[in-house]
Amino acid sequence: MTMHTLSVLVENKPGVLARVSGLFSRRGFNIDSLAVGETENPDVSRITIVVNAESSPLEQVTKQLNKLVNVLKIVELDPQVSVARELLLVKVRADRAARGQVLETVTLFRARVVDVAPDTLTIEATGTPDKLDALLRDLEPYGIKEMVQSGTVAIGRGSRSITAGPALRAA
Amino acid sequence: MTRPTPETLAHSARRARAGGEPATDAAAAGRGAVVPAAPGVRQPGPVQISGAGSLVRSLEALGVDVIFGIPGGAILPAYDPLYDSTVRHILVRHEQGAGHAATGYAQATGRVGVCMATSGPGATNLVTPIADAYMDSVPMVAITGQVARPLIGTDAFQEADIQGITLPITKHNFLVQTAEEIPRVLAEAFHLASTGRPGPVLVDIPKDVLQAQTTFSWPPTLDLPGYRPTLHPHGKQIREAARLMTSARRPVLYVGGGVLKAGATEGLRQLAELTGIPVVTTLMALGAFPDSHQQHLGMPGMHGTVAAVYGLQKADLIVALGARFDDRVTGRLDSFAPDATIVHADIDPAEIGKNRHADVPIVGDAKHVIEELIAAVTTERAAGRPADLGDWWTQLDDLRDRYPLGYEEPADGTLSPQYVIQRLGKIAGPEAIYVAGVGQHQMWASQFISYEKPGTWLNSGGLGTMGYAVPAAMGAKVGRPDTVVWAVDGDGCFQMTNQELATCALEGIPVKIAVINNGNLGMVRQWQTLFYNERYSNTELGTHKHRIPDFVKLAEALGCVGLRCENAADVDKIIEAAMAINDVPVVIDFVVGKDAMVWPMVAAGTSNDEIMFARGVRPAFDEDDI
Repeated sequence: MTMHTLSVLVENKPGVLARVSGLFSRRGFNIDSLAVGETENPDVSRITIVVNAESSPLEQVTKQLNKLVNVLKIVELDPQVSVARELLLVKVRADRAARGQVLETVTLFRARVVDVAPDTLTIEATGTPDKLDALLRDLEPYGIKEMVQSGTVAIGRGSRSITAGPALRAA
Repeated sequence: MTRPTPETLAHSARRARAGGEPATDAAAAGRGAVVPAAPGVRQPGPVQISGAGSLVRSLEALGVDVIFGIPGGAILPAYDPLYDSTVRHILVRHEQGAGHAATGYAQATGRVGVCMATSGPGATNLVTPIADAYMDSVPMVAITGQVARPLIGTDAFQEADIQGITLPITKHNFLVQTAEEIPRVLAEAFHLASTGRPGPVLVDIPKDVLQAQTTFSWPPTLDLPGYRPTLHPHGKQIREAARLMTSARRPVLYVGGGVLKAGATEGLRQLAELTGIPVVTTLMALGAFPDSHQQHLGMPGMHGTVAAVYGLQKADLIVALGARFDDRVTGRLDSFAPDATIVHADIDPAEIGKNRHADVPIVGDAKHVIEELIAAVTTERAAGRPADLGDWWTQLDDLRDRYPLGYEEPADGTLSPQYVIQRLGKIAGPEAIYVAGVGQHQMWASQFISYEKPGTWLNSGGLGTMGYAVPAAMGAKVGRPDTVVWAVDGDGCFQMTNQELATCALEGIPVKIAVINNGNLGMVRQWQTLFYNERYSNTELGTHKHRIPDFVKLAEALGCVGLRCENAADVDKIIEAAMAINDVPVVIDFVVGKDAMVWPMVAAGTSNDEIMFARGVRPAFDEDDI
């Protein structure tokens, strides 16, 4: 099984996310991560789905997705030629004694402190899932009080755009 | 015998006058599409109107001639303008009946079938027929009322999230948000239902949207940027398929329901005769290729003919046309047709390679695919010497001779169900429409009636919905009133939906029902006989032992003629008596033996190689045999 990242362009209409996510569970796929948001065209939303699957069942689910009337286009992003990022917000225990070391880790990972309390720091970091895992490993010894992660968003490298094309102009 | 009172018949005549023009067989051949305003429909200029009025005007403009439905609170505003409309509304007795009637209408005419129900339980009662239509790719539009927008999500009286519930069983569905969008949504629903791979579309309309004032104008502009079915196949794939079809030594055309839906039966016949390739037609495709044709091996699958099952199993090339390699056809998938190269043509790309890898995938409408295959095969044959199929035909003919479809007369002297169905097919003939329920009687009807024309065999194939036959026959008769419509039903199935006979009696829909009454849930009983040591847990229905219900009395109570037949000598006479009654529905209670079984059979989950010709009889197919 390998991780696949699908960019699914959909009509920005109510209920479309349920149609897409429902299809995955109905066909027996576990979604690893999912992120959704508007694109440069407000009529079009982009859903980025990371799914762990063999390529032949993935092809089947992609074809089924394509049949959804509100789905405009599906592109599988090749990790070699695309950029994938997640956002992490994490509340770490950082009393006076530990604060310096925590801040050093924050700097090393080019993360940012977004909130300060007497005994905790809230840190914001973006990056690949690997980088965020590494950051969390380093912060763990101090005590992670709470954390939240976004789904992966991803975009292809180079000048080509997957949102160009006749189908999307019609939308 | 009882007949409806004159008042009853006058009622149905009045309804008939309000109806649209009857469908013709020519219309049945055509594919539905978004039609501009139908002839004779009020001219659609922008007018001030309620949402409900807009709904009814849209249905008129779409050429809808009949709706099957039941009113209720949330949909009630729609029934007011419907009262004055040219669209005929048939008041059914259960929403499930409305849904299956819409399916029967669609399958018999090729046009979109329409059903209507209120919110909550009305809508949820449509779930079974919607799922049924989805599995069999039937063009259907279901219109449901919903609670008013401010009440949605509050667990209001008769609220059900029917859009959410039907998400996995519709081609698409809509929750209408404003009255302005009603004409566009309706036009989109009909377009989606009838084009590409057909399927059911649900339109859920909140009550306050129906009540709101809006402007109606026609035609609307469709807004479906993500919907682009591929109709025309890729030339390269067609040429590759044609090359294989010319060089294969053991080819088979595996024909599914898509060929009927595409209206491609004439082309199929040409293609088959041009190539000389044997043809099998699935349960959903009976009538797509004449049963009497010399090249027809019969139906493949769990209860298919030995020749059809083995033809596929031993083929070196399978050309699948509008078929989906369903488990009832393939048996255990990993042992299905191990030596076959697969050409798979379907309008739905997701079907190709879903169950069996396709060596030559072809996405396109069966009509275009077949037309282009004919041209490419003609070129290919002219260029080289086509493979000789003589040996292949010798083997298949030998199988046909040794293992024909047949049955044994019951040893206990009871009436044989197969005999009844065979005689019905002979007497009613190939012009009639046959509608089956689900179970043994369905399989026998598929085996022992000869289907020569498209649109003459209606059944619930994919979902296997018991209770389908009576309401679907009603819908078929409404769609093709000049055709004799026979439902072949079981005593189990018949007890699920027979209340629609009241609808038929009152609305002047003279269907004919042959209840193959073996007193049991016959197919389940057959499995208990074969796989559960004859432990008949909960399959005895009491229709023999206690004659509860008495189907003749039940028929009469529902305003039909009720007849009974208990021995072989009376079968023809009673069928002919039923054929002579054309003003009211007729029910014949054929009291048949309970031990008859459906053969041949490939037991569920086993390989097609293990087909049983009869109990304990496996056909001899040694390697050197084939």
